[in-house]
Amino acid sequence: MDSDRGYPLGRAAFLGTLAAGVAGIAITSRFSGAVTDAMNGVANAIPVVNQIAPTSGWRIYAVDPPMPTYDASTYRLKIGGRVGKPVELSLADLAAMPTVEQVSDFHCVTGWTVNQVRWRGVRPQTLIELVQPAADIRQVTFKSLEGPYVDGLKPAQLVLPDTLIATHMDGVPLTRAHGAPVRLVIPAMYGYKSVKWVSEIRFDQTESAGYWEQRGYDIDAWVGRSNGLG
Amino acid sequence: MGSADPLGRNIRRFSRTERAAHWWLAATVGAMTATGAILYFPALAQLLDRPTAKHLHLWSAIALPVGWLILTLVGDRRSLGRTLRDADRFDHDDVTWLKGGPRRLLDRRGEPPQGRLNAGQKLNLALTLGLLGVLGISGTLLWLGERDTAYRFAGSVHVHDLATLALTFLVCGHLYLALFHPATQGALTGVTTGYVDRDWARAHHAKWVEAEERAEAARDSGAAEQPLEPALPATLGEQLPER
Repeated sequence: MDSDRGYPLGRAAFLGTLAAGVAGIAITSRFSGAVTDAMNGVANAIPVVNQIAPTSGWRIYAVDPPMPTYDASTYRLKIGGRVGKPVELSLADLAAMPTVEQVSDFHCVTGWTVNQVRWRGVRPQTLIELVQPAADIRQVTFKSLEGPYVDGLKPAQLVLPDTLIATHMDGVPLTRAHGAPVRLVIPAMYGYKSVKWVSEIRFDQTESAGYWEQRGYDIDAWVGRSNGLG
Repeated sequence: MGSADPLGRNIRRFSRTERAAHWWLAATVGAMTATGAILYFPALAQLLDRPTAKHLHLWSAIALPVGWLILTLVGDRRSLGRTLRDADRFDHDDVTWLKGGPRRLLDRRGEPPQGRLNAGQKLNLALTLGLLGVLGISGTLLWLGERDTAYRFAGSVHVHDLATLALTFLVCGHLYLALFHPATQGALTGVTTGYVDRDWARAHHAKWVEAEERAEAARDSGAAEQPLEPALPATLGEQLPER
């Protein structure tokens, strides 16, 4: 019989693979950014792969597919709650507001990052001046057209200098996958705070947990300082 | 074990338990690949909502070892042990086979005589099990990391991705050799019916066929009063009886 002699190379290959995997977790944890760049670089270089793989770095997460659609003629961004002047903004209304551009990195809590994303949109401060929220606001809640998805920011987080109510990404209007027609962008926090397909912004007196926060993620999702990542 | 049909045309290569273990692996890895692709590829993200895809992915991952455990408890575990021992041991011919390099996978001319599993099949099994272990460890860390941040490592997702890529290559090669490559297609009936063509086996797994035939000859001469093997249909396509 074969099994009576020879070398135990089978178990060596098995254990070697296991050991490489465990070592790989330790090593790539330390150089996560470089690994992401390398893997995206390789995937980008292969013709078919760069069409289908998330090589731009983006991975698209929908919690209640299909991703929501909207009618551009009837879409309204509702801004209400404890505000002096609730409004419903059409896309034309939004387009007429003063817009800004920014370039910022986008970090997902699951470990991937997209560097240098070019966003365009309206600063939250512009909307605050428009609706005049009450003084006792403790959370600004963003509801998504995607049914169950919701998340909120504290007022001080909303007015961070690079928090944006975005309508454009990388020079074009937001695509459906990236949250058309309106999404929140808060680069200082992990991506689950940057609600896509926003339908309503509500100024609340009480704090509440967002979709993923009800499932164990941190409410204050600071990049590098939350969810156990440092 | 390893009996031939009375016509001597076929030779038994895999027990029912071994085949069940193979197809359970195929089914659960297929389910994990499909749900994993939905979780990974933006273009597929809409097919299933993320929590559902994740649940199916995790339950398939649990079903794989549970199914194997049940097979070892109720099935022919000696045959599983034999396969693991066969795959572990590489003799001189196996090492020579491997030294042929990747070309050997496609070109079997002049290959050294092989046992029931050739060196490539042994390596395939070892690497598949190793990669499944790596996927299990990194996947468990991803799962734990969602519950306790002490288990959250940025590298878990990278290793899970890379191991998936490696296993995908391995499975694609395995499927090509099993389904399409002329020299190795003969192995396919082994994992569907349990039997392979004796002449094909003699050409590709000479040492195994010789050992089986020596055992058959010893049985035939030494134990004439033993009951005869159940008659087997001549065609491989039909279900063959199990012992």
